[in-house]
Amino acid sequence: MASLKDLRNRIASVKATQKITKAMQMVAAAKLRRAQDAAEAARPYAERMDRVLANLSTGMAGRDDAPALLAGTGSDQVHLVIVATADRGLCGGFNSSIARLARQRIVKLIGEGKTVKIVTVGRKGRDTLKRDFGDRIVKSFEFTGIRQIGFAQAEEIARTVLDMFEAGEFDVATLFYSKFVNVVSQIPTTQQLVPASVAALDAEGADLGGAIYEYEPDEGEILKELLPRNLAVQIFRALLENVAGEFGAKMSAMDNATRNAGDMIKKLNITYNRSRSRAFSSPVDWPDGSENAARQKSNVPHGKMKERT
Amino acid sequence: MAEKLNFDLVSPERLLLSEQVDMVTVPGADGDMGIMGGHAPVMATLRPGVIGVETEGQPERRYFVRGGFVEVTLAGLTVLAEHTVPLAELDSAALEREIADAQEDVADAKTDEKRRIAQEKLDYLTQLRQAL
Repeated sequence: MASLKDLRNRIASVKATQKITKAMQMVAAAKLRRAQDAAEAARPYAERMDRVLANLSTGMAGRDDAPALLAGTGSDQVHLVIVATADRGLCGGFNSSIARLARQRIVKLIGEGKTVKIVTVGRKGRDTLKRDFGDRIVKSFEFTGIRQIGFAQAEEIARTVLDMFEAGEFDVATLFYSKFVNVVSQIPTTQQLVPASVAALDAEGADLGGAIYEYEPDEGEILKELLPRNLAVQIFRALLENVAGEFGAKMSAMDNATRNAGDMIKKLNITYNRSRSRAFSSPVDWPDGSENAARQKSNVPHGKMKERT
Repeated sequence: MAEKLNFDLVSPERLLLSEQVDMVTVPGADGDMGIMGGHAPVMATLRPGVIGVETEGQPERRYFVRGGFVEVTLAGLTVLAEHTVPLAELDSAALEREIADAQEDVADAKTDEKRRIAQEKLDYLTQLRQAL
């Protein structure tokens, strides 16, 4: 049985924790709003990019001179797994669920005898994957110092991936991130980046009223120019989804923590008040109605009696 | 004036401009194009340069753009540009200083990685100066 002083300290410390989690929840809510705005603002570009690529790639399908970024290298021996997580924790299962999905895929690929190379984006993903696949991680990105993720960061990642592709270091690239559904739900998702997945490009073509595009330069050239850019756009979109997801997850995690702290304070208060009234009252009127006053009295530690004064 | 042109200027981060204009001059990969309302569908890549937006009764607005493409459909003109800077916000003296800084960075770079990043920044700034 903890002493009254101990109990008071516990209550004070849980209250302090509750204040922190409450503050973190509110900060996450504000940041979530900003992240959602950013994701919203980035949509027009990505949508148009999708549409144009869909237009161009349908014309390219099945042609021998289709760019490797679209058609693939003809092999799937070396896989590049890009795992995008948050840089910070305290957001529930957000990071670990992305890492888990990535790990499942990596284990499966290794089991199939493929070579797996890993690029991590975000500190948490690297920390988790380092333990099992440390020697496979070829590059890690961290954006801890950056307030808001911009297109420049996505470009940086895309450039690294493209350099590796051009150097023939992998055949297939897959991106792991978390899709933001709402505050309580973020779904870990995989997206194939190289060769560009057709599903992602399955957008409606623009209405030209029967006319056809005039291409300048020709279709192949444009496609060659757009595919690398598309990579950055896809990565950027994933990063934005991740940021929104991170803060959504953090918000609900901190909300839970605040509520748990509240429950704990309530319980501790009850215990505290019970023990206090026990210490105060004379042995005869025990609230539990026990009769053995002598035994009850001896149960009260000497130190506690002092609390009365 | 002929019919108006719906013009969207989009960067990866946001929609910068979406309005009705008279004519837009775009630096296409094979040469500059002036696009007005009712233009035939075109798809072209951008070369780094300046976009001019003309609307009746307003001074021409100019933007430096780099990396992206142009799409003309019946609905209008869309310019997707990875980097966009309004020329009005550019100050040539400040630009010169930044170029000097960037040149120093290239010279001081210790690793290839850093040098490449610095070189890219320098190229970008130089293109920007040419656009002025």
